[in-house]
Amino acid sequence: MFKEGYGRREGVYARELFAEAALEAFHRVEELDPGKDIKAAFIGQMSEAYEHQAHDAPINASWAGLLPAPATRIENACASSGSALRAGIMAIKSGMYDIVLVGGVEKMTNQPTPEVTGILATASDYPFEQWNGMTFPGLFALMATVHMHEYGTTEEQMAAVAVKNHKNGALNPKAHMQKEVSLDEVMKSRMVAWPLKLYDCSLITDGASCLILTSPKLAKKLSDNCVHIIGSGQSQDTFCLHERDSLTTINAAKQAAQEAYKMADVKAKDIDVAEVHDCFTIAEIIASEDLGFCRPGQGGKFVESGASNIGGTIPINTSGGLKSKGHPVGATGTAQVHELYLQLTGQADRRQVADAEIALAHNLGGSGATGVVHILRSA
Amino acid sequence: MAVRCIRCKHIMVPPRSICPKCRSSRVEWVQLGAKGKLVTYTVVHVAPPQFKHMTPYAVGIVDMEEGVKLPSIIRTSRLESLKIGMELEVDFSPKSQETSWPHWPRYFFKETE
Repeated sequence: MFKEGYGRREGVYARELFAEAALEAFHRVEELDPGKDIKAAFIGQMSEAYEHQAHDAPINASWAGLLPAPATRIENACASSGSALRAGIMAIKSGMYDIVLVGGVEKMTNQPTPEVTGILATASDYPFEQWNGMTFPGLFALMATVHMHEYGTTEEQMAAVAVKNHKNGALNPKAHMQKEVSLDEVMKSRMVAWPLKLYDCSLITDGASCLILTSPKLAKKLSDNCVHIIGSGQSQDTFCLHERDSLTTINAAKQAAQEAYKMADVKAKDIDVAEVHDCFTIAEIIASEDLGFCRPGQGGKFVESGASNIGGTIPINTSGGLKSKGHPVGATGTAQVHELYLQLTGQADRRQVADAEIALAHNLGGSGATGVVHILRSA
Repeated sequence: MAVRCIRCKHIMVPPRSICPKCRSSRVEWVQLGAKGKLVTYTVVHVAPPQFKHMTPYAVGIVDMEEGVKLPSIIRTSRLESLKIGMELEVDFSPKSQETSWPHWPRYFFKETE
């Protein structure tokens, strides 16, 4: 059966997934003539190893009907499309283009899990991390171990992130795993890299996402359903985990958030809904601290309190997050913004956050060498 | 071997030519000792094909006495005895891992004897 959205999409190539996402974006902009109006495309994709296909931006863009607009692949591991979005914003702000398409895609499930683990590990340092057998769950587990040691964060608190995000994902018709899980199921799932268990890890997912960017002036002419991007931040930290001063915070994301907050002239308390990079449950706990939603070290208690549930003070990952909606790595950054677009335009159905006006997307690359944060406001 | 920034004393492994802390390009060689303390660790159960035969295995970050941190496999027969702060010492594999990756002598850490 043909399944739209994120999941195990057998029998299709990345380019077909990308065209599907592009078509949804085109349908949302009533007055747009995509082939004529879209002047450039910036497309996030992490690895050519999944499909043995590099130089794929022109493929994806042409399958979306954008020939001959220039198409460029942006690669920043799991922050590829967050970075593509930023490239698109710069393209519009510079005045070089009126309308651009940004997005991302990854087709991961045609490889067996150990191979996918190996391909993902290429986004960590080759001589020092890959050679030491440090998988991505392993790298985030190294952060989790310190977070538990320094702040008393528990495995149950990490599991609470999974329970919440699966609950949200069960309400998202495009999510990979539309299924609730219990705390007990998470705690009893098999060990991947202690203390992270299977249900602490995001999913290996196929999927694509697309956004259409233009200037505020032109946006009004093209659609009644647009949102404003009011803040953008990106920063980097040391590539290797062992070179960082602290393992309980991701400084690149913190810096990116500060830049985005400043540009948007808003504060953490102003955010109504957020999509954060929960590649592993500990990453959401650290993100809620780095973004200023709670104090350093309090991320475990924050999720446990229900503050980040739909209906809580700052609902996080209403889409289900990378955990339940899925993590097609190159597509994740713009997929987060897609969910926030739905929230800010009141189209999020059963997972709608009431009166959402300001939203934040937090996208990480690798173990946090890249951090990208965007802030959006309803029109 | 590592290099130390002559200006700010920051130690770099692997050696590099520009100090990431103060951006000075004046560096000197420094010999690291064998001992360090475990900063963090995990036990990997799901690994890429090259490491699958070793699972479960421990990896961690070790803070060397000189004040530089190293990522490493931690070899121990008792995975449950790993603890943040425990003392470890470096050792070297006599032969490289059997993989298609480039081969060079590998270090690892083990419990102090």
